[in-house]
Amino acid sequence: MSKTEIWQGTLALMILKTLETLGPLHGYGIARRIEQTSGDRLCLNYGTLYPSLLKLEQEGWIVSEWGVSENNRKAKYYKLTRSGRKQLAREAQEWNQTTAIVARFFEPAGGES
Amino acid sequence: MRHLRAWLSRFKGLFFKDARERELAAELETHLQMHVDDNIRAGMSPQEARRVAVMKLGGVEQTKEAYRDRATIPFLESVVQDLRFTLRQLRKNPAFTVTATTTVALGIGASVAIFAFVDAALIKPLPYQNPSRLLFVTETTPDIPRAVLSYPDYLDWKSLNRVFAAMDVYTQRGYVVSTSAGMEMVDGARVSDGFFRTLGVGPLLGRDFYRGEDLPDAPRTVILSYASWQKRFGGRQDIVGQPITLNELPHTIVGVLPQNFHFAPVEQAEFWTTLHPAGSCDLRRSCHFLNGIARLKDDVSQEAALADVTRIAKDLEAQYPDSNRNQGATVGPLADVIVGDVKPTLLLLLGGAGLLLLIACINVASLLVVRSETRRRELSVRRALGATRARLVRQFVIEGVVIVAVGSTVGLLSSHWMMQILSGLIPKDMMAGMPYLDDLRLSSRVLMFALGIAGFAALLFSVTPALRLSTLDIRDGITEGARGTAGRVWKRIGSKLVIVELTTAMVLLVGAGLLGKSFYRLLQVGAGFETKHLITMRVRAPRSAYGEYEPAVKLGRNVVNDVRSLPGVTSVALASTLPLTFNGNTEWIRFVGRAYNGEHNEVNQRGVSSDYFATLQAKLLRGRTFTDSEDATKPNVVVINQTLAKKYFPGEDPIGQRFGDTDLSPASIKEIIGVVDDIREGPLDSEIWPAYYYPFNQLPDFAYSVVVRTSQGEQSLIPTVAETIRRIDSRITISNQTTMTARVNDAPTVYLRRSSTWLVGGFAVVALLLGVVGLYGVIAYSVSQRTREIGVRIALGAQRGMVYRLIMREAGVLALAGIVIGTGCAILAASLMRKLLFGTPPWDVATLIAVAAVLGAAALLASFLPARRAASVDPMSALRAE
Repeated sequence: MSKTEIWQGTLALMILKTLETLGPLHGYGIARRIEQTSGDRLCLNYGTLYPSLLKLEQEGWIVSEWGVSENNRKAKYYKLTRSGRKQLAREAQEWNQTTAIVARFFEPAGGES
Repeated sequence: MRHLRAWLSRFKGLFFKDARERELAAELETHLQMHVDDNIRAGMSPQEARRVAVMKLGGVEQTKEAYRDRATIPFLESVVQDLRFTLRQLRKNPAFTVTATTTVALGIGASVAIFAFVDAALIKPLPYQNPSRLLFVTETTPDIPRAVLSYPDYLDWKSLNRVFAAMDVYTQRGYVVSTSAGMEMVDGARVSDGFFRTLGVGPLLGRDFYRGEDLPDAPRTVILSYASWQKRFGGRQDIVGQPITLNELPHTIVGVLPQNFHFAPVEQAEFWTTLHPAGSCDLRRSCHFLNGIARLKDDVSQEAALADVTRIAKDLEAQYPDSNRNQGATVGPLADVIVGDVKPTLLLLLGGAGLLLLIACINVASLLVVRSETRRRELSVRRALGATRARLVRQFVIEGVVIVAVGSTVGLLSSHWMMQILSGLIPKDMMAGMPYLDDLRLSSRVLMFALGIAGFAALLFSVTPALRLSTLDIRDGITEGARGTAGRVWKRIGSKLVIVELTTAMVLLVGAGLLGKSFYRLLQVGAGFETKHLITMRVRAPRSAYGEYEPAVKLGRNVVNDVRSLPGVTSVALASTLPLTFNGNTEWIRFVGRAYNGEHNEVNQRGVSSDYFATLQAKLLRGRTFTDSEDATKPNVVVINQTLAKKYFPGEDPIGQRFGDTDLSPASIKEIIGVVDDIREGPLDSEIWPAYYYPFNQLPDFAYSVVVRTSQGEQSLIPTVAETIRRIDSRITISNQTTMTARVNDAPTVYLRRSSTWLVGGFAVVALLLGVVGLYGVIAYSVSQRTREIGVRIALGAQRGMVYRLIMREAGVLALAGIVIGTGCAILAASLMRKLLFGTPPWDVATLIAVAAVLGAAALLASFLPARRAASVDPMSALRAE
């Protein structure tokens, strides 16, 4: 797996989580939210978001629909589907498992003896 | 599942491109606006806010590009682009497009149509179980390579062989059935009890014959063909067990054969009965009338089978020296007797169609090369702008595939149509002998074949112009003037292609010429009688009423007299077997007063009425013919043919000599009263056998052929003649009503030669046309490339005649190469089809010279036009143009 693919997968997970937390949201909103959540430690090229959104849509995890923003601008809103929700749960669990396993490798050695 | 969904949606993305682009632009614009709003709120100037927003996005165009890659399938999208470009190019150049696709369609259509025949006849397995293990098994004689078995011989072969799992026999038999339309003569067959079991065919309804059901005292039973069941009994389910009268004998229907069953040697037999040997011939060891089939035991080879039956034949010859002298044995694949004579003709036609396809493909390929030459500039520009070589090659591949796709679609459709026409042209009687052609269609095998050749053509069409790419120099291509290397490379490829085309055309022309000459020779062969204005038909009267001597003679006289009294009829005769049918119905004869040691003097034996020779207008060479009054009360007399006279009476006068059967039994002794010039009893291309003709009135029959000589317009008289005969007795059946001319023209030997001559001739004409056009293309192109050179030559004082010579020599070298190589290939090809030639050697000089002359003249014409253009070049404008 190349670096970008890992990044793509992680980004997709972040998008799904964001949509689960905040409900339907436009691309700009998702980007800002991801940055904020990371405590501005993640510096994201907003443009990379759009192919990811398209991919998620093609896979059926999310759907899009034109709506009106709080500032009265016409914007495309993305919404989690039911299968997207399930997928998120699955991926979150996988993520937790993976991080837990990796974390064990970095625990101080010989702690038990 | 998820991936499939994603791919599908990306595939869908190939279309609706404009809507998507608009939507993406709008979405990105909103995104930027929102970001700008936020930035201004954070205290930036509007310009600064916009700059930061775009930067943060990572560029609008870059984002769109990344988005597009995900929205569609980039590779496919560029293919679609190339496809659109190709279609636009082809539309812009209709002359090229039509020429190329028509040529491809012609080549593919012709070869697919012929292949469909080959598939139906030769490739499709026979509708029997494990057909490759089935053999035909028969006796041979020194004169007949595939003779027939006698019943006692069959029984011995069956019981004595160690190589066959089963052996059975069949023989053709016509049956008279009573129908609503009166008495009718119907094709049928007599078979031994295990015939269908040996073939591995089970009945659709009812049962197969029991073992022993073919013996003389078994009840008479019959199995129907599927067609007969449908036609005569409307497919009734309760047909099994029904009685039916065949040849005045009661039979019981016991079964119906499956629809796909066919057995070509007995044509379209409707009634399959068992042997029931009876009468003077059936049980006699010297009376041969059965054809054998056998299924090989596992792990026995055909050679071993041949050795085994040959051993049996040798034993029988030792045991029965009288009847079995010189009776050998032969076996071969059953498919050989089913497909028969058609095989070499079909293979020949497939070869011809293949050559036509080859020349068509080469022609289109060279057209494409010329086109790629004129597109050099376009290609160079694209290359310079960064198109990869692969992308340019792909352009050619797509172009080739499009041409082939259109061409082969048209070709396939027209091949379907050609198949209909070709099979419609086959005479009905001949078609009856080829039941496997009933299933002629675009089967999956035929489609695979079409796909295969289309693939080959597409490959050829994309590789040839792509080869040119390797010589493409970008700088040369863009600068107008440079013409050096590229032109030379094209000339090398192009002229080689033309030589191949001319060679192929030469082969086809020679093939057509030889076939045509054979056909002509065949028709020149005399039948030994005048075939025009003759009506022939087969008459069969009921045995119960006319089986005895007196009524049979009386009926014969009535038929002759009644028909002769019709207006337009000049003469009438009866014959046991018509001329131009087959050599056979023979007798072994022995001459009175000569030493005899059991040899078989096999001669054709024909019973004919007194006016027979006059009706046929056969030439009497010596002596006299017999009269109507020479009947059983008078001494036996015969007329012999010249071949018999030459073979058995060299340097002697045969008149007055006597012969009889092998025992010289007193009743068989006949006196020779006349010699006629040979009448051809077999097909036109067969040998003449010795033959004798005896008076019908001395040995009458209740079934015979009637020959009627009319003053003219014989076709229109046929129904009247038939009606007149039927009026004598309504129980008489009449079949095979036709004219001698039709019999000659529809005879397989004649028909196969005529049709293959026409077809190969047609292929050859098209090939000649394509080859000459190809030559013209090369020369014309070469002239256009050398305009400057020619201009310089003329400016320096070259004469116009010299320019002509220059160009014509170039064409002449190509044509000569094509003719020389073509002659060699043609002789080679012709010796492969030697079997199909008649009276013409494969190296027939006249044909070769004529074809070379035609090709040379056509080549001359093709090069004359460009040469004239070259000679009329104006040196000033030619030099300035560069």
